[in-house]
Amino acid sequence: MVGARHLRWATAGNPHPVLSGTEFDLEIGGLPVNFTGTPRMATVVNGQLPAPVLRWREGDTVTLRVSNRLPVPTSIHWHGVIVPADMDGVPGISFKGIDPGETYVYRFRVNQSGTYWYHSHSRFQEQTGLYGPLIIEPRGGERHEVARDYTVLLSDWSDLDPEHIYRLLKVKSNYFNFHERTVGDFFRDAHTEGLRQAFDDRAMWGNMRMDPTDLADVSGYAYTYLMNGTTPTGNWTGRFERGEKVRLRFINGSSMTYFDVRIPGLKLRVVAADGQDVEPVTVDEFRIGIAEVLDVIVEPSDDRAYTIFAQSIDRTGYARGTLAPRVGMEAEVPQLDPRALLTMADMGMAHDMGAMPGMQHGDMHDMAAMPGMQHGDMHAMGPAARHAPAEYGPTVDSIAMAPQSRLDDPGVGLRNNGRRVLTYADLHTLGGPIDHREASRDIELHLTGHMERYIWSFNGQKFSEAEPLRFNYGERLRLVLVNDNMMNHPIHLHGMWGEVQSEQGEFLLRKHTITVQPGQRLAYWVTADALGHWAYHCHVLYHMEAGMFREVIVERMGQKGARP
Amino acid sequence: MSVRTNTRRLWSSLLCCATALAQNSRAFGQETPSLQHTHEHVAASEEVSSEAAHVPPAPPEHPIHAMPYREMAKMMQMDDTEPLGRVLLDQLEWRHTDQGQAALWEGEGWYGGDYNKLWVRSEGERVGGSTEDARVELLWDRIMTRWYSLQVGGREDFGNGPPRTWAALGVQGLAPYWFDLEATFYVGEQGRTAARLKAEYELLITQRLILQPEAEANLYGKSDPARRVGSGLSDFDVGLRLRYEIRRELAPYIGVAWTRRVGASGALVRAEEGSASDVQFIAGLRVWF
Repeated sequence: MVGARHLRWATAGNPHPVLSGTEFDLEIGGLPVNFTGTPRMATVVNGQLPAPVLRWREGDTVTLRVSNRLPVPTSIHWHGVIVPADMDGVPGISFKGIDPGETYVYRFRVNQSGTYWYHSHSRFQEQTGLYGPLIIEPRGGERHEVARDYTVLLSDWSDLDPEHIYRLLKVKSNYFNFHERTVGDFFRDAHTEGLRQAFDDRAMWGNMRMDPTDLADVSGYAYTYLMNGTTPTGNWTGRFERGEKVRLRFINGSSMTYFDVRIPGLKLRVVAADGQDVEPVTVDEFRIGIAEVLDVIVEPSDDRAYTIFAQSIDRTGYARGTLAPRVGMEAEVPQLDPRALLTMADMGMAHDMGAMPGMQHGDMHDMAAMPGMQHGDMHAMGPAARHAPAEYGPTVDSIAMAPQSRLDDPGVGLRNNGRRVLTYADLHTLGGPIDHREASRDIELHLTGHMERYIWSFNGQKFSEAEPLRFNYGERLRLVLVNDNMMNHPIHLHGMWGEVQSEQGEFLLRKHTITVQPGQRLAYWVTADALGHWAYHCHVLYHMEAGMFREVIVERMGQKGARP
Repeated sequence: MSVRTNTRRLWSSLLCCATALAQNSRAFGQETPSLQHTHEHVAASEEVSSEAAHVPPAPPEHPIHAMPYREMAKMMQMDDTEPLGRVLLDQLEWRHTDQGQAALWEGEGWYGGDYNKLWVRSEGERVGGSTEDARVELLWDRIMTRWYSLQVGGREDFGNGPPRTWAALGVQGLAPYWFDLEATFYVGEQGRTAARLKAEYELLITQRLILQPEAEANLYGKSDPARRVGSGLSDFDVGLRLRYEIRRELAPYIGVAWTRRVGASGALVRAEEGSASDVQFIAGLRVWF
C-alpha cells in the first residue's frame, strides 16, 4: 500500500522533524501520500510533507545543498529571508532553476531572525507539498520566553492535479464554487428583506456580472486542509502542561486559501508578524493570508484540550489540530461560521452607493463626484482612484471607484462576529522602520483581474505584457496598491521589506507579504537596498500563474537601461 | 562622502536635511558598494532599532543573464500566454417531434490564449438516419471589450439540400444580468445573407439543479427553397432545459422546446409537412471537457 509510509504524518502527536545547524542537504523528490483515501504523489523535501523545519541562527552563514530527484526542474525560495538576488530561488529571475539530477548550493549569511518558511517557486510544486517552516533564532535570544514552541503550517491539499485545477479555473472560473445564490435564496431574501431589496441586490450584482459569493477560487470541493501536513481527522496535536506558555508559529503555506484561525477558550497574544516582532496584541481570532506568518503565544490554564480551528475564508472546510496535556485528548470542533457575502465596501465603493439604480460598472471611474455621497465617506475614501488605460480593456472586469484604506477592517466574514479579530491596524512592528526617510516617489499599482476569463494582472497588464518595475538603488519609495478586484490578494515583494503605512501616514508594520483586501487602498514604503532582479507577485498560486506577477529590477541610477 | 560612511549616520543626516534628500540618496546608491559590511558593523552595536538590525543583501555574485519573456517563461515554468482548450457539447439530445424521434446536437470547442482563440461551433439534427439541417462554423475569436469578443470566420451548411458556404462575422459575450449572447451575421454566395441570434440564461434551483432557458432565431436575406428557407425571420427555437450536474462536466437534462418555422420558411414547411410549429419533449446530456 503506497499510502502506508505517509501515514506517519497523519498520526497525532508526532514531532515535526527539525534540521538545524549551518549545513543542510535537502533532496526534492516525489512521495506517495494518501490524505483522502486516494493515493497520490506529492512533491516533498527529504521525504517529508511539510518539508522539515529548518532552524538557523541569526549571524550564521548557512549552506544548503538542494538536489533535484524530480523529473522536472525545481527551486526553493526562502520566503521573507533577505538574501542576495542569486540566492533567492526564483527560476528565470534569481537563477536558472535546478534541473533534474542537479544540485544547487545556496549559501548566504543570515542577518535576521523570526519565523519564515520556504517553498518551491517552480510551476505548481507548492500545491503538491513543497513547503516547510523556517525558524531563525535571534542572536540575543528570543524576546518572549516560552515553555513550548510549535510551528503550525496550514496548507491546502488536492487530489486533483494542479495543472487540471488551473485549467478548470481558466475554462470555468466558478467551477469550485458550490455556494452561489439560488432561486431559493432569492425568495428567502425577499421574505426577510422585502422583494424590492432582494431584486435590487440581484440586479446590481447581475448588472456588474459579479458574484458576491466569490470568496475563494478553489474550495473545499477540491481541497483537504492540512495542519502540519495532517488532515482534520488526523488531528495534529501539540502537548502542553497547564500554565505553560506555548508559542505557535502560524504559517499559511497554502496555494489558494485564506484561513481564519482561533482556539476557542484561549486568548491569542500576537507577538510577531512575518518574522518581525510586534507590540504584543491580544485577540480571539486572526485571518492569515497566503504566505503570511504570525507568531502567537497562548497560555492554557486548564488541564484540557483546545482545538486549533482554521476555517477557510469561504467556509467550505477547515484545518484542525489540538493543544492538549496528553496525546489523544480532543476538544469540541466548532461549526463552520456562516458564509458571508461580499459587500459594497469590498467593491471599493462607499456603503451608501449600494442602492444606486442602473449604475454601470464601467462608468464608475467617472463617479468620484457622485451626487448624494455622504461627506463623511469622502474623507475615508481618500483621493478618487485613477486607473491605467489597460484597466478599461478586455482583461479587467472591475475597478474600484472609491477604494478605502480600511486597515482596521477584519475583512469579509469576520466583521462584527462578536470576537476580537486582528487587523493590520493592530500590528506595530517594534523598533520602527528600517529607514526613516520619506519616500522620494510613489509607484501606484492596481490589483486587477477578470474573473470570468480568469486573467490576473497589475494595472491590467499581465506579466508577459509588462515591463519590469525599476527601483533606483538606495531610494526609499512608496508602493501604493489599490485592489480593484473583489478578492484578497497577498502581495509579496522579494528581497525587500514592505513597511505598511497607517491611515495617518505613520509607520505601522513591516511585512514580506501584504494582503490587500477587496476594494482597499494600501500604501507601504520600500527601501531599494537590494541590487538585482526580484520577483513581485500575488501569492495566490493560480493568480501568479495567470499573470499577476512583475519583475522588479533594483539598479544604480544611470546604469544601462535605467529610467529617470 | 566616504565609501565607509556609516549608513545610519547618513540617514540621520538625511532626516535633518530633507532638502538634500534626493541628492544624498543618489550618492548613497553610487558610493556605497560595500553596504553589507557597513551594516554588519551597525548590527553588532548595542542598537536594537530595526534600522540598525536590517542588513541589506550583498549584490548577487552570479546574476542571471537578461532574457526575453519567452525564455524566462520557459525557465520559470510559468507562462500567462499558455494556450488552453475546451470542448462543450451543450446539447446532445433526443426530441419527440411531429416526424418522430430526432437527435440534435449543439456544441462548441475552442483553443487558444486569453486574447485569441480558434472557435468551432456546430449544430444539427438527425431524423430517421439522415442529417437534416446542420451547420459547422470555424471562427477566430478575439476579446474586444470587458464582456464581449468578436468572431470572424466561415460557416458551412450541410444535410438536407445543397451545401451552402458563408462568411461569418459575429459578437458573443456576457450581457448584464448574466445573459449569454451570440449574434452572428453571414454573407453567402449569390448575394445570400443571414443572421443568427441566440441568448441563454442559467437559473440555479440548487447548486447542481439548473434551469436553462434558451432562445435562438435565424434570419435570411433571401429565400433558398432547396433548403426550405424563406426570406425574413425563418425559424426560432425556444427551449427550457432542467439539468442536474452530477459533476460540473456531466449533466443529464430533460426539457421542452417550442420550434416554429415562420414567414416564407413556414409556408414552405407547411406545404410539405402540414405544420410549421411543434412543441417537443427533450432528453439529453450536457458534457464538457
